[in-house]
Amino acid sequence: MEDIERHTIAVLVDNEPGVLARVIGLFSGRGYNIESLTVSSVTETKDVSRITIVTSGTPMIIAQIKAQLDRQVPIHSVHDLTAEGPHIEREIALIKVVARGPKRRESLRIADIFRANVADTTTGSFVFAIDGSPGKVDAFVQLMRDLGKVEVVRSGSVAIARGAHAL
Amino acid sequence: MGRRRLSGAQIVIRALLDQGVDVIFGYPGGAVLPIYDELFKQNELRHILVRHEQGAAHAAEGYARSTGKVGVLLVTSGPGATNAVTGLTDALMDSIPIICLTGQVPTHLIGNDAFQEADTVGITRPCTKHSYLVKDANKLGETIHEAFYVARSGRPGPVLVDLPKDVQLAEGLYSTPSEVGHKTYKPQTKGDMKAIERAVDLIANAKRPIIYGGGGIINSGLRANKLFTEFVRLTGSPCTLTLMGLGAFPASDKHFIGMLGMHGTYEANLAMHDCDVMVNVGARFDDRVTGRIDAFSPGSKKIHIDIDPSSIDKTVQVDVPIVGDAASVLSDMIRLLKKRPKRVNAKARKAWWDQIAKWQARDCYAFRSDKKIIKPQYAIQRLYELTRDRETYITTEVGQHQMWAAQLYRFEKPHHWMTSGGLGTMGYGLPAAMGVQAAHPDALVIDIAGEASVLMNIQELSTIMQYRLPVKVFIINNRYMGMVRQWQELMHGGRYSESYMEALPDFVKLAESFGAAGLRVSKPSEVDDAIEEMIAIDRAVVVDVVVDQHENCFPMIPSGAAHNEILLGPEDKAEAPASEDGMVLV
Repeated sequence: MEDIERHTIAVLVDNEPGVLARVIGLFSGRGYNIESLTVSSVTETKDVSRITIVTSGTPMIIAQIKAQLDRQVPIHSVHDLTAEGPHIEREIALIKVVARGPKRRESLRIADIFRANVADTTTGSFVFAIDGSPGKVDAFVQLMRDLGKVEVVRSGSVAIARGAHAL
Repeated sequence: MGRRRLSGAQIVIRALLDQGVDVIFGYPGGAVLPIYDELFKQNELRHILVRHEQGAAHAAEGYARSTGKVGVLLVTSGPGATNAVTGLTDALMDSIPIICLTGQVPTHLIGNDAFQEADTVGITRPCTKHSYLVKDANKLGETIHEAFYVARSGRPGPVLVDLPKDVQLAEGLYSTPSEVGHKTYKPQTKGDMKAIERAVDLIANAKRPIIYGGGGIINSGLRANKLFTEFVRLTGSPCTLTLMGLGAFPASDKHFIGMLGMHGTYEANLAMHDCDVMVNVGARFDDRVTGRIDAFSPGSKKIHIDIDPSSIDKTVQVDVPIVGDAASVLSDMIRLLKKRPKRVNAKARKAWWDQIAKWQARDCYAFRSDKKIIKPQYAIQRLYELTRDRETYITTEVGQHQMWAAQLYRFEKPHHWMTSGGLGTMGYGLPAAMGVQAAHPDALVIDIAGEASVLMNIQELSTIMQYRLPVKVFIINNRYMGMVRQWQELMHGGRYSESYMEALPDFVKLAESFGAAGLRVSKPSEVDDAIEEMIAIDRAVVVDVVVDQHENCFPMIPSGAAHNEILLGPEDKAEAPASEDGMVLV
């Protein structure tokens, strides 16, 4: 059995109704995984959207996913950032921690270490805003879970290649 | 609660039996062979082998609609599933509870473009209430039980369960269905009492009320039908029904003023337009019913009872929305109404009924009889007169004949009228009749058909013969796609583009070639004899009723027109040509 790999794929698409449904339908219909997916228009004229998909599968499956995406009519280009070289991946998350006393103070200390900002506070809770690699966000959320009731919302990854070459 | 290890295919059969299913409609193929093998080994579950999967879906609908139970079809992967799509969409539009079991390629091949693979769950997502892809035999039993729960709860609809072949062959743990419903899907059945009180207030003080009932009453069950009838009589209001609601209230009752909508009665449509309080029970303000929305019943307070919150304020803004099951809400309303001392404003009510009587006097369904040529309305009227005293179930295809049947066949009870309302699926009636007859072997089941529609699923005559289902096909044959021609006449200058069929089969010989009886009648004086003969023959019969080619269906509210712009006959059309806005509507 081949190893399962995690890949971050950037997909440039026409910004038209139904394109996202087509991409998601492709993944569900063919049984591919979606770990996260984000989408937003990225050009000045708003005619192109960029979808960042984090997926996992064997090298063969990953190759199929890229090929299947690439043959879709409204898709301009598909870039496997994981395969194409060094890239930066970021995610933002908002984490509400409900805690009092020492646990509340501890949550603030840890947030400081992670460079998370306090976005909202009451005497019994914080909402932290954190950004960074998905692994960093994972680690922060895990620590917070030990300190109280936690509510999490994450944006999913956005990613871009390092260097001077622009898509 | 019994828990047993069974193969996936055995679980399918067991789960269906535990859900009370006695007959399924289906067509085998590579991806469902393990299930067909288990079917072969048992005698409890009957299987009816259709000739096309669309037929299986409509048969399941006919079964469901005529019994109040969930209908089931079983088809193979790929083309089996795609052929069932029209039936699923039909069931979704008309809120018919059916379960569609589809075979699928083994899980490891999904996404691989394997032989007879289709993304069934993807294709059917917009045309089912819900769909499942089962990847673990241990979850198969509970998924099927959940599918039944979803199909019949709340606003009913079609549910699809996609079954990869390896899951059918794998072993899994099966448990009998429990009473537990669903984690998240829990439709509200009890109406909000404050809203119900406001509704009762409006009804009690109404001068010109109307009660407008739909298919939701029939879906709710016999208790809702009884309560609806009691409610109408208690309020003394006129009652109109939608196409899907026919039978929810006895047509012979003096409160019934006929079907409403595009081809409804003059009195029902004008009463809708002029009423001061409208009570919608289980209908959805469909565009065939409302006509032009901005002119729809302009002066009324509207009460809308519906189990589906998304039906509320979808097209028509209402004053008192009540989300709940028809039976539950009606019983609350009746209880509150009975507590009130003075129930109706007798003087105003009399004036309202006098007005309705004037509209009724127009006799809007009247047609010119002819001695030489059979008028389609005459044929249906005679069919009604000669079958009304029997246990008769009527299905229809789609078009003029369907509207004439809705107008002229009068239903006293629910579950006896099966028609494709929302989707308007030509080819629905014959397979639906097959499903009805499978559920009611001794009843008289008649498909009132058009010659164009019936050809769309004519292959099901073969199924009907195989299972000795004595279905009667009563073809109103005018050699045109009549409704298309009618619209071309009214809105496209009489240019009958492709609405005439040059080469129709000889329906008598066609029937005989399948082994059914074939009759033809072309004289008005022989219609009765033909109908009597049709009833007397104890097997399937096709009656080719050769009718007036040019008859149109009236009354008619043209698309984009208001209720009070209803056309009563061909003479009306010059006065009210279709508007520009109406032209774009269907």
